[in-house]
Amino acid sequence: MTKRSHISLSVNGDEYETLCEPDQSLVDVLRNELELTGTKEGCSTGDCGACSIRLDGDLVCSCLVLAVEAEGKEIETIEGMAPKSDELHPLQRHFLEINGLQCGICTPGILIAAKALLEKNSDPTETEIRFWLAGNLCRCTGYDKIIRSVQAAAEEMRKG
Amino acid sequence: MASILEESGFNPGAELKVVGTNPVKHDGLDKVTGRAKFGADAFLPGMLVGKILRSPHAHAIIKSIDTSKAEALPGVKSVVTRDDFPEKAAGSGPGDMTRNIMAREKALYDGHPVAAVAATSERVAKKAIKLIEVEYEILPHVIDPVEAMKPGAPILHDYIRTKGAVENEDAQTNVTERMVTQLGDADVGFEDADVIVERSFDSAPMHQGYIEPQACIADYSEDGQVEVWCCTQAPFVYRDRLSAILDIDCNKINVQQSELGGGFGGKTGFYGEPIAILLSKKASAAVKIVLSRIEVFRGTGPVSGTSYTIKMGCKKDGTITAAHANMVFQSGPYAGSMYFNAPNAMFTRYDIKNVDIVAYEVLSNRQKVASFRAPCVPQIVFGVEGVVDEMARKIEMDPIDFRMKNACEDGHTTIYGDTWGPIGFIETLKQAKESDHYKTPVKAGEGRGISTGFWFNRGGETAASLNLAPDGTVTIAIGTADVAGSRISISMMAAEELGIPVDQVRVKMADTNSLGFNRVTAGSRTTFSVGMVIVDSARKCIAELRGRAAEMWDVPEDGVIFEDGMVRPASANVGDFEPMSIADICKKTTMSHGAISGHTEMNVTGAGPGFAVNIVDVKVDENTGRTDVTRYTVIQDVGKAIHPQQVEGQIQGGAIQGVGWALNEEYIYGEDGRLQNAGFLDYRMPVASDVPMVDTIMVEVPNPAHPFGLRGVGEVPVVPTMAAVGNAIGDAIGIRPTSLPMSPSKMLDIIEQAKAEGVYKG
Repeated sequence: MTKRSHISLSVNGDEYETLCEPDQSLVDVLRNELELTGTKEGCSTGDCGACSIRLDGDLVCSCLVLAVEAEGKEIETIEGMAPKSDELHPLQRHFLEINGLQCGICTPGILIAAKALLEKNSDPTETEIRFWLAGNLCRCTGYDKIIRSVQAAAEEMRKG
Repeated sequence: MASILEESGFNPGAELKVVGTNPVKHDGLDKVTGRAKFGADAFLPGMLVGKILRSPHAHAIIKSIDTSKAEALPGVKSVVTRDDFPEKAAGSGPGDMTRNIMAREKALYDGHPVAAVAATSERVAKKAIKLIEVEYEILPHVIDPVEAMKPGAPILHDYIRTKGAVENEDAQTNVTERMVTQLGDADVGFEDADVIVERSFDSAPMHQGYIEPQACIADYSEDGQVEVWCCTQAPFVYRDRLSAILDIDCNKINVQQSELGGGFGGKTGFYGEPIAILLSKKASAAVKIVLSRIEVFRGTGPVSGTSYTIKMGCKKDGTITAAHANMVFQSGPYAGSMYFNAPNAMFTRYDIKNVDIVAYEVLSNRQKVASFRAPCVPQIVFGVEGVVDEMARKIEMDPIDFRMKNACEDGHTTIYGDTWGPIGFIETLKQAKESDHYKTPVKAGEGRGISTGFWFNRGGETAASLNLAPDGTVTIAIGTADVAGSRISISMMAAEELGIPVDQVRVKMADTNSLGFNRVTAGSRTTFSVGMVIVDSARKCIAELRGRAAEMWDVPEDGVIFEDGMVRPASANVGDFEPMSIADICKKTTMSHGAISGHTEMNVTGAGPGFAVNIVDVKVDENTGRTDVTRYTVIQDVGKAIHPQQVEGQIQGGAIQGVGWALNEEYIYGEDGRLQNAGFLDYRMPVASDVPMVDTIMVEVPNPAHPFGLRGVGEVPVVPTMAAVGNAIGDAIGIRPTSLPMSPSKMLDIIEQAKAEGVYKG
């Protein structure tokens, strides 16, 4: 039997240690070893974006990252997005208020991706938002209210 | 028990406090924080991983299956094959169902399950299925349904005879049924026509494309009780069908639905659940099966592909005199495509006196089709509305005026026999004509298309409970699924009826042990049907509240009224009593009299039909053939929008699904009968940068059968979409496409053709 690899990583500021298969994806380890199931897996090929996370700040599909590559890295997932237990990130709040989610399966990935966008570009155009989120499939909404939710959050964050 | 909702109590003048507002949905917070539990998000102690081995052949006899090497692998706890499933007669409902779940005599499509294992880890399970040896005898296959109808085509099942056949009734065939639907006399109607248009169309199967792959956990206990956790649109239907194919009593199968990560009809039938149950039974441990995306494409239902001809005639004044259709629906290897919806819906919304429709359902070596939003209707409306548009052009009539000329009015009796109450089709057309979009000239180089659609909307068997807690707050147990926000709409209707804030109501999706049978969540039935049941339950609670107040005040029950969430004396003559809230009565009487609950089972009727009009602008790139939708407006009669934001979301989502179906999405097979694009890279659904905002105009012509006037809203948004895009492309490039999807390569060919014929607009 192949020996499992030991990895240590930081997720949302908490230190974790776990064992994983050498070919196990990071999304698999997050979900099935650490039981952080907020990150979703929709395709395993990097096409749907449901597994979007931040890896040392970079926006990545965690299905395309091997868990062993995350050794010593800092990971941010949807579970760490709200700044406090009783306070939501503006993106989370506007997605709720504008109904930027229907079934909600794509929502964690889209929120993570949108947060990465707004950190790079505080005032994106509709086209910039649409292209930034082109790697995140949503089958319910037709994207309209997702784009509006991001626009509303960006506006609020610019005002501070 | 007779329902007290026999009269809905619909009051067009009622002042509504909750209905019509946009509260944040109660399940939303868990979905933006990652806490919501979808199908794959649960774990049980000692849980095993299940994996399915699938046929690589489109059509093959399974001569033998040797699982001994897999069973010998350390970590493998159980293996199941066809031998583990109870025998069910081929050609029966359960017989087809069990054979689609696990191939029996033959594998009938690329991806058909042939065996499954449960093991201690994903790695071991994957290794184990590779050790299973299946001996196949490969047979000739047939993918295209028109080919499958021809004499000499490979036959999937030797027992199929065409129901309704007019010739060769006793011949082996792949055609399950020939269905004829007629009204008036089409021949006479065509004789009366000044203009006749006849065109042939086809459409490729598209997949429902939910982002959450099917996932389930089954736990078969030693005493024969089965717990199933899964993402489903139909927990009760799953339970009953699991019972039927596995020979387990319904009361021993308890299905608990998870949050549902999209379904659109594709999660109305199960795939992994029966396999997980049998694996669990043999392994004496819980088993989880999560499909991969490739498995979702290869193993679960797309919609029916079609091939059909539409012929329609009209007079010079625009009156449509006759309509004829001849249609072939592909169903996969078993019957059950729901193609019967098409004859009943395709022309319905236009008052046509003479109709003649012939429809065939045909089997071929493809994945078994599954339901999708308005099953089997949008792909046919693609052709119908193309022909309607062409007739309007030929008599030089405005496309909306032409449709208005033929539009059904209140009281219309349909081809399927129903007589409608108030409907909003004409109002949607009027508002389309007056819309900013329609009044704005088409941009240079673009084209504009109009289309309309109809969906029946459904009711059906529904059971729910409404419980008043001792503190006066409300819990509701439902047995339907929440596909996109029905829980908040149900909370709002309960809050409105009880006169309390919506935050005092919480809806929970109950397991199948806790309620009576609920029909599948599909067909735009859920908010309507559960709304009826919940309002009925709330009224039962109100009756009990009045009774208890009467007892406390020692007055006759008819001396007590309920209004604005308060129980009051009906008049000053009754006595001088302080009004009491629901909470007051619950606090005072729950311990002495027991809890107050309302519980209702109904076969809900009275669903009001839905109509939509689409206006679409497109631009087609002459060099690449790519079509971009530049502006999209949907005008839809929603009856009454309980939660307008959510209704708008349904409309926008349906429109963009239709854009995908119109422009890109299709199942592509190789010569070997294998699916070639089983992934999101090659099966291209619309992404955010592909599409524009979708503007909506919600028309509210109330359905008086519902206490708040609502109509179902989920299906009709997709019905007109591909036709509208097609008509817009026709307007843009000069020839109206007739084949779905209208993908770039096909558009380049049409542009060439338009140039050759001198009609290219560009």
